[in-house]
Amino acid sequence: MSKIPGTPTVSTLADLFGAAYQIEIDAVERYTILADQMEIHNNPEMVDVFRDLARAEGIHAEEIKRQAGAIDVVAHARRVGKWTKGESPEEVDLAAAHYMMTPWHALQMALAGEKRALAFFTHIVETAKDRKVTQMAAEFVEEETEHVNLVHRLLRKYPAPPESWPHDLDPPVSQE
Amino acid sequence: MEELIVTPDTQLACKPSDYRSDLKPVWCPGCGDYHVLMAFTRAFAQLAVPAEQIAVISGIGCSSRIPAYTNCYGFHGVHGRSLALASGLKVTRPDLTVVVASGDGDGYSIGGNHFLHACRRNIDMTYVVMDNRVYGMTKGQPSPTTEPDFDTAISPGGTGLSPFHPLVNALASGANFIARCFAGEPNETAAILVEAIRHPGFSFVEILSPCVTYRPDQKEWKDLVHPAPVAATNDPAKAARRIMTDDGFNIGILYRGERRPYQPKFAPQSLDPSVLEQEFEI
Amino acid sequence: MTEAENLSIAIVGSGGAGALTSGNLLLEAATAAGWYGLLTRTVGPQIRGGEAAALIRLASRPVECLADRFDLLIGIDWLNANRFGAEIEVGPHSLVISDPRGGDLPDFVKNSGASVVEIPMKEMAKSILEGRPNMIALGIVAKLVGLNQEVFTALIEKRLAEKGQVASQGSRVALQAGVAAAAAISFDRRLAPPVVGNKRWLVSGNETTGLGAIRGGVRFAAAYPITPASEILEWLAPRLAKVGGVLLQAEDELASINMIIGASFGGTPSLTATSGPGLSLMIEALGLATAAEIPIVVVDVMRGGPSTGIPTKSEQADLNIAVYGFHGDAPHLVLAPQSVGDCLFTTQWAAHLAEALQAPAIVLSDQFLGQTVAAIERPADVAFIGERIKHTGSEAPYRRYALAANGISPMAIPGTRGAQYTAEGLTHSERGTPTSGAAEHRVQLDKRRDKLEQFTFGDHWATIEGTGEIAVVTWGSLTGAAREAIALAGRDGIAVRLVAPRLLLPVQNARFAAALDGVKRVLVVEQSHSGQFYRYLRAHYDLPGETRVLHRPGPFPIRPSEIHQAIAEWRS
Repeated sequence: MSKIPGTPTVSTLADLFGAAYQIEIDAVERYTILADQMEIHNNPEMVDVFRDLARAEGIHAEEIKRQAGAIDVVAHARRVGKWTKGESPEEVDLAAAHYMMTPWHALQMALAGEKRALAFFTHIVETAKDRKVTQMAAEFVEEETEHVNLVHRLLRKYPAPPESWPHDLDPPVSQE
Repeated sequence: MEELIVTPDTQLACKPSDYRSDLKPVWCPGCGDYHVLMAFTRAFAQLAVPAEQIAVISGIGCSSRIPAYTNCYGFHGVHGRSLALASGLKVTRPDLTVVVASGDGDGYSIGGNHFLHACRRNIDMTYVVMDNRVYGMTKGQPSPTTEPDFDTAISPGGTGLSPFHPLVNALASGANFIARCFAGEPNETAAILVEAIRHPGFSFVEILSPCVTYRPDQKEWKDLVHPAPVAATNDPAKAARRIMTDDGFNIGILYRGERRPYQPKFAPQSLDPSVLEQEFEI
Repeated sequence: MTEAENLSIAIVGSGGAGALTSGNLLLEAATAAGWYGLLTRTVGPQIRGGEAAALIRLASRPVECLADRFDLLIGIDWLNANRFGAEIEVGPHSLVISDPRGGDLPDFVKNSGASVVEIPMKEMAKSILEGRPNMIALGIVAKLVGLNQEVFTALIEKRLAEKGQVASQGSRVALQAGVAAAAAISFDRRLAPPVVGNKRWLVSGNETTGLGAIRGGVRFAAAYPITPASEILEWLAPRLAKVGGVLLQAEDELASINMIIGASFGGTPSLTATSGPGLSLMIEALGLATAAEIPIVVVDVMRGGPSTGIPTKSEQADLNIAVYGFHGDAPHLVLAPQSVGDCLFTTQWAAHLAEALQAPAIVLSDQFLGQTVAAIERPADVAFIGERIKHTGSEAPYRRYALAANGISPMAIPGTRGAQYTAEGLTHSERGTPTSGAAEHRVQLDKRRDKLEQFTFGDHWATIEGTGEIAVVTWGSLTGAAREAIALAGRDGIAVRLVAPRLLLPVQNARFAAALDGVKRVLVVEQSHSGQFYRYLRAHYDLPGETRVLHRPGPFPIRPSEIHQAIAEWRS
């Protein structure tokens, strides 16, 4: 099958579940890192946002485990879940974080992540040889589409911040 | 660029999280060093070296905060001297995996002399410099790699000086492995770190790691970096030509040397008292 | 003919004359024949061909300093020899041997009232195949002081073997010629027979420093050459390798101090040696070792300062920087050896203390001790060896800087599972995490102070000898001269106590007070321009009664007679 270079080779169901699980646990780790950053940098609103996102991804991970049934997703994730070019789809861009960021920013990051995940599974649907893989990948496509839509809905609640959002009246501080 | 191959023994017996401490970094959100930390832990996991067998040695600066964020042994030393600390450690503890972390100020300015001699000495260690072309910790002064026209309070209008070229200097001084990475590609960086650590002798990895606070212009780096167009060479002359003419954004392993690492025999014994005094006896 | 307890000989020459070689041979021969003695050198600024003087004191008992005056002065030639005037004191009682073709007698000889005998050493040497004037001179000295020729023969063989058979034969013949030429000279002194007894060594302070380091457990050294400390590092390089250790040459002192900190962090007792300018460079990292609680030993072989100063001469003016030079409050160890033999003990002890207390130890030796070659009684073996308390990995999470009753927290060596920590120069918590909190800062400052102040250092902290209402308080290389001065005063019926601290930091208030119990007059003796030791004493200790300070900077050591005079003047 044609795979995108630097991404996991998904030929079997075990591969697919492994990759899917890895995507979610990477996302949990990523949102947790961001939540910790926001905690240290005193942005409590964003702490909640990122912890919620981490929690949601954790639920997705558990859901995948359940869907996998007898397949040991943890072991397969370890085996197959390696992105050597770029990162796994839902590892949102740390470089886009800012200590004064707003929920809108987080949701933009999440949206990009979900879209990348959607593209990943869509590609598998289009190229997988194994019918079972194609079917399962299609289910993942549906779920990711649902996630994308959810983020869109949330974005309607959190408008884009004004241009002055990163303005900090205090200058940076030298620590050492 | 050659494909970075994940070798069979990277079966992740260890997880990257095994190499993270519970300390939450104080780096600004958006800092490239978060990615570097990720690359470190991923590389260590791939190498499957126990955390207690790794020592991360640093100097002073934002990048030098990294040791305490890992679960390895660490040393947060004084400004510019991490290579000396690491050299003394590795020569007497060849069993340890020694990784040195620095920044462009700590490593190329005050640490410049030690940099040259560490390359020359070729002790088996890996030197990672997180280059953000600015002194981040002390509020934004130009560093040796800062562009000559970068305006700062301490050098209004820019320094007007040619930036220091770390990779050329490393090659000229005898570094045995030279690579450039971009923090925004933590998995690629991790793979290169794995190779760097595995490669015998002094491995030098410069990681372009944007400073979100003092160099917001570095956001464009992710569009400027590109894989090096040719595979790594073991010919210093070839490497010299390539490195001297690259645009500063070539990513990948650029040079793999074949010098034997410097490791004198070290197996301390207790002393037989009479042995060393015979030469004084009248 | 009188028998003298000791005789002082100076051999002067220039331009490759080999004055220092004959001086060394003289000392070696005399000590091989059973005597004690010591040798120092004084030289011009040239790397080769300069004017040089070997200053030798031979004695029937161990001596630790040069005498005030020279009994015998041989001038192989007198070129630029005026520079030695202040160091080579000759008088009416002295005998000067001069080569008529060796240039004008220097003023300090002309005006001294010394007897001058001319012997044409250069001419004599020319008539001998591979004969050299310095060997003629050596023969003259040997005869005059009463040394047997045979001792020299074997020595010359050994020392000149690498220059070939002809050269060593030529030297032997020249020596004999010198002996013959001296037969006609009347010299009214000769050495009293030596006190026979213990095993003896012929050794320099720099060498004993190196041996002390290895005995103390040091197995790693980093080196950057500097006069007059380089010999320590050169001596250590092959000998460390012999015991499985390593010496690494560094690119500068900033590297060498950090290398030994890194090696010590990894578990190996480590040392470097330098002089004043190098110590200045190392100060920042010494602070790091203090804050991160890493044991290291730094030997400072003090030389004339400030700045580049007088690299080849001794002074005691690095006390300030060793004691007060660290930024912040950084209690640490400072020790000072008192003789060539004591360099062994003090360095060994320093290595032991540094490890026990997880702190840096500065050993203040000096050029006089470091580069003087002396015959000493074989130093006693002592059991001090560096051994730090290690963390064995049971208590979790490991707190590297945990409070302990005696202030010493177990140190985890890298490789120990479950005890990973980051050694930290930033102010830190017990765990080692950086903090700017008041309580934690205070706690760690107290810990580092208390661990030193609560430690039992034992009697080695100082040399305390004799009783009396006058005390001479001194330190380092002047201890020997003070002891001789006190002996001289004793013959005048003046009882004087000697107090010479070997441990300068941490201060030992109670014990110092006890040492001066009953003393009414304190004569402080030191080799510094500003009286650094005196001010140190005033800063940390109460001095009883009256105090006088005999101090002057280098380059010439304070002699016993100067101290004796100061004591005598004060007696009333």
